[in-house]
Amino acid sequence: MDEARTSRRGLSPRLWLAGGWLILALAAATFAPLIAPQDPLAQDLMLERLPPFWLDGAESGYWLGTDSLGRDLLSRLIFGGRIAFIVAFAAATSACLIGSALGLIAGYFGGWADRFISRIVDIWMAFPPVLFAILLVAVLGTGLSSVIIAIAVIDWTRFCRVIRAEAMSQARMDYVESARIAGYGRIGIMLREVLPNVLPSVVALLSLEMGIAVIVEAILSFVNLSISTDDPTWGSIIAEGRLSIHQAWWVLVFPLITLILTVLSFSQFGEGLKARFDPVLR
Amino acid sequence: MSACLEIRSLSALLPNGQRVLRSVSLAVQPGEVRALVGESGAGKTMIGKALLGVLPKSVRIIEGEMLIEGEELSRLDAKARRTLIGARTALIPQDPLTALNRSRRIGPQMTDRLVRILGWSGERADKRIRQLLDEVQFRDPQRVLKCYPHELSGGMRQRVLIAAAFAAEPRLIVADEPTTALDVTVQKQILRLIAELQRDHGTAILFVTHDLGVVAKISQKVSVLYAGKVVEEADTAALFAAPQHPYTRALIAATPRYTDPYASLKPVDETVLAGLTAEIAAADKAWRPAHG
Ligand SMILES: Nc1ncnc2c1ncn2[C@@H]1O[C@H](COP(=O)(O)OP(=O)(O)OP(=O)(O)O)[C@@H](O)[C@H]1O
Ligand SMILES: [Mg+2]
Repeated sequence: MDEARTSRRGLSPRLWLAGGWLILALAAATFAPLIAPQDPLAQDLMLERLPPFWLDGAESGYWLGTDSLGRDLLSRLIFGGRIAFIVAFAAATSACLIGSALGLIAGYFGGWADRFISRIVDIWMAFPPVLFAILLVAVLGTGLSSVIIAIAVIDWTRFCRVIRAEAMSQARMDYVESARIAGYGRIGIMLREVLPNVLPSVVALLSLEMGIAVIVEAILSFVNLSISTDDPTWGSIIAEGRLSIHQAWWVLVFPLITLILTVLSFSQFGEGLKARFDPVLR
Repeated sequence: MSACLEIRSLSALLPNGQRVLRSVSLAVQPGEVRALVGESGAGKTMIGKALLGVLPKSVRIIEGEMLIEGEELSRLDAKARRTLIGARTALIPQDPLTALNRSRRIGPQMTDRLVRILGWSGERADKRIRQLLDEVQFRDPQRVLKCYPHELSGGMRQRVLIAAAFAAEPRLIVADEPTTALDVTVQKQILRLIAELQRDHGTAILFVTHDLGVVAKISQKVSVLYAGKVVEEADTAALFAAPQHPYTRALIAATPRYTDPYASLKPVDETVLAGLTAEIAAADKAWRPAHG
């Protein structure tokens, strides 16, 4: 009689690369005051539009050059990462908790709970998300917490839809019935049996949502609706860079690259984690 | 001594108003194997689900009683009923693929139930499970406990499910076509295991199948179900020796013999089916729901 086989795979390169970038960016943002070579707010008109270090006219200590007010671009990107990560974690986690909980309940219990929750999701999805966000921030007032609330309030439906569908297919499985026969209650089964099955998707979506939150925050600060102080954010740096694209391309290009790398890393990291968490894919 | 399971004139309705179960009565004595045969859609699974309390919400029981060891299920409140069903019964399901939770290791999945049902310590439950896995012929139970379901073959999974069903020493096991999802060689092994454990543990089994060959091998009693109605019930030996109902006779005739698999193979006779349809229609006409 053949016996069970067990297999384990190491970390995939995808997980390494994406995780590596995220850890690097997160560490830089966390220790920004220690790491940033310059004060991100210090203006110096003598140093305006310095090019990055490999071009003629670069100044040492200003690795990625300066913007039109003579502020160090690298330092601004590092400090901008703080807001990006705060928004990413806070907004994505809130959206995830609300959306996954409602999705799990709708999918597992079905019936009127499902009809009620699904109807709300339908109504929610009728609004174009970016417009919805701008509207919400306009109502709530600009500021870090409004941005976080706006993203959570809009994006919980992403979690809700996916988790509902998965919970629903799990609820039909025979193991759920066996648990009923063994005397487990509905809520117990939902948490103990169904939740572990949807967890890989929750994790993947959570990571993806962090990337989305970074973009939304950038869009909001691009249109000047995010953090109203002078603190640099990736979106506001991009907005400034756009104005001086012909004189100093780097002010636009570096924040864009940073943004794209971060968003991509979040989504790839999520997919990689899902594969790790899923006992079948692993 | 009261029967392990007794079902008295159980009727159930589908949402479209059609009767799926037509005054079904059957009993399983302690330690006895009763086969429940019938073609696909006859309502065999429905009976099992009804007594285990997991009927789909849309299916409504309109009359009848179900007693587990003399206790009338509908007289108990929901919690007491769950406890009774959990402690006295177990299910060996048809499809070993979806009957195990793919995200949990076999060990915790199995021990959980014992801790819950019998109030055992984790350690004791673990020991018990290893003993049962040994009984279903796993060479290395310790290893199986650490596996995820997808790391086991279909036959291995079904053996795990058999072990799980017997682990809490239920009085009654409902085995719902436990071998149909498996290939023929594995089927025989699984049947033998169920028969062996049944004998050793003295468990009563309601064995659902559409295979008369299996009925002959494993059961002492048979109920023949057609369109939700028990058309014949008898001792297994008597049923094969002298089937009373024309449908039973036709079923037996339609079962391939291993000695001469093709010669005796013929579909159930048209006139028999017509007779059955008339019989069912007559029964439906005569039948009045108790609270109609
Ligand atoms: N959830 C449901 N809602 C409505 N009708 C159902 C449902 N489940 C089963 N039925 C119907 O009830 C009847 C009996 O089904 P059941 O599953 O008990 O048959 P069975 O004898 O177990 O057949 P098989 O051998 O194929 O498993 C069938 O006609 C089926 O169409
Ligand atoms: Mg069935």
